[in-house]
Amino acid sequence: MIGRRALMGVGLGGGAGLLLSGCDRINASPAVRSLLGEGEWWSMAAQRLVTDRAALAREYPLSERSPFFRPNGNTMPGSADYANHLAARFADWRLEVTGLVARPLSLTMRQLRAMPRRTQVTRHDCVEGWSAIGQWTGVPLRLLLRAAGVDPRARYAVFHCADDFRGIPYYESIDMVDAYHPQTMLAFGLNGRALPVANGAPLRLRVERQLGYKQAKYVRRVQLVDSLANFGAGKGGYWEDVADYQWYAGI
Amino acid sequence: MNAVSVVVLLMSGLMIFNAHPRLYWGKYGANWDAAWLQIGSRGQSGYLRVGGFEVPTTGVVGYANGQGYAFPSWMTIPSSYNLADAREWHFFFAWGLVVPGIAYWFWSIARGHLRRDLVPSRNEMTPRNLWRDVKRHARLRFHEGDPAGEGARRYNVLQKLSYLGVIFLALPLAALTGMTMSPGINAAWPWLLDLFGGRQSARSLHFIAAAALALFILIHLAMVVLAGPWNELRSIVTGWYRVPRDPATGERT
Repeated sequence: MIGRRALMGVGLGGGAGLLLSGCDRINASPAVRSLLGEGEWWSMAAQRLVTDRAALAREYPLSERSPFFRPNGNTMPGSADYANHLAARFADWRLEVTGLVARPLSLTMRQLRAMPRRTQVTRHDCVEGWSAIGQWTGVPLRLLLRAAGVDPRARYAVFHCADDFRGIPYYESIDMVDAYHPQTMLAFGLNGRALPVANGAPLRLRVERQLGYKQAKYVRRVQLVDSLANFGAGKGGYWEDVADYQWYAGI
Repeated sequence: MNAVSVVVLLMSGLMIFNAHPRLYWGKYGANWDAAWLQIGSRGQSGYLRVGGFEVPTTGVVGYANGQGYAFPSWMTIPSSYNLADAREWHFFFAWGLVVPGIAYWFWSIARGHLRRDLVPSRNEMTPRNLWRDVKRHARLRFHEGDPAGEGARRYNVLQKLSYLGVIFLALPLAALTGMTMSPGINAAWPWLLDLFGGRQSARSLHFIAAAALALFILIHLAMVVLAGPWNELRSIVTGWYRVPRDPATGERT
């Protein structure tokens, strides 16, 4: 009996080993990768199909904020240009709105702060699994889009950032459903104070129904485009390009 | 399909857990907040901490085979750290569980499988019968001496309860808490957040449901392995002697 059990143990162990080496080979196969990628689109389509596209992310009372809002990714852009802007307290920082728009914009932080603003206490979910709740203040993106007059051909808003990973600039993109969503904003305040450098000063994207890597920090330019093919590796964002993270980060 | 999906989901889920091997209760939770469960490593020793208790787990979880990941590579899909790929596998095979799972639900209710084979009768649920079944299982005699005389072709009461627990508790809990972790779903169906007490609570419950499923699968496999050879052996033995060995004493009764 024990002999038989031991044999089975060896068999199971060997089987698991085979399964494992097999799994990694399967994981690397292009056909499997494209099939798994399909799953990503099914999930997005299913979400968009059964849920309200305009649904608001939950907003929390101030008392439910995280005691400390964890910064992630780059916490200090490395460029001399950014250091100069930081030293000048972003007095000359400009946000540009370009691409498929009737009236390209170039706005100073002072002009942005003078626009109608929105404050929301929302939850930030990292793709890794943790969450932090914070209060954001900023300009709703749709006000900027209206001011710029978006061409109907535009399908995506691309956010160009001042930070980089080993020389590759950070960027992100969202579709027009999220770009016009009332909670989507370029935030300049966190928890009632100026946005800290670690959290993306002077301006970061908040797109509340998606994961943390979509929340581009140090935003310099919003570009309206009809295709993502011409940016980076063409997958619509830094992490999408370098590590195959899902472009739709609502899951 | 369901079994394959569950195994892929468990293994890719462990990889996703590795990205942030801490669990919290409530709406938020990150590194500066108190975790109720944590798997980690210090130098070359792994540990598991639950509440205030910490156990060394070097070689099993936390630190194994020279790597400081929460769950070692042989347990995860893919085997080397890759959160993006693990998410692709997890979300793809989630369809493979949820779609047939819902179909099975309807089938088992509509065709009476649930009522006929799975829901225990009042007789079976008496403390006396439950205790007898527990004793039978403890002695690894899964099919013997069924009090209702139904024999081995039917499920016994512990089997029924654990199947019901998996099909109608653990699996739906895993699916719903999984959906509760999606910020997109949260916006559309915020009642899920209220149901589970916040996203981080949902993440903890998701892990607990997965652990229960893993435990069920391991016990189930072990019992099949134990019951199979046992039956064979007994039939050989009783074929000649008509009496089984008593597993407690090893003597013929």
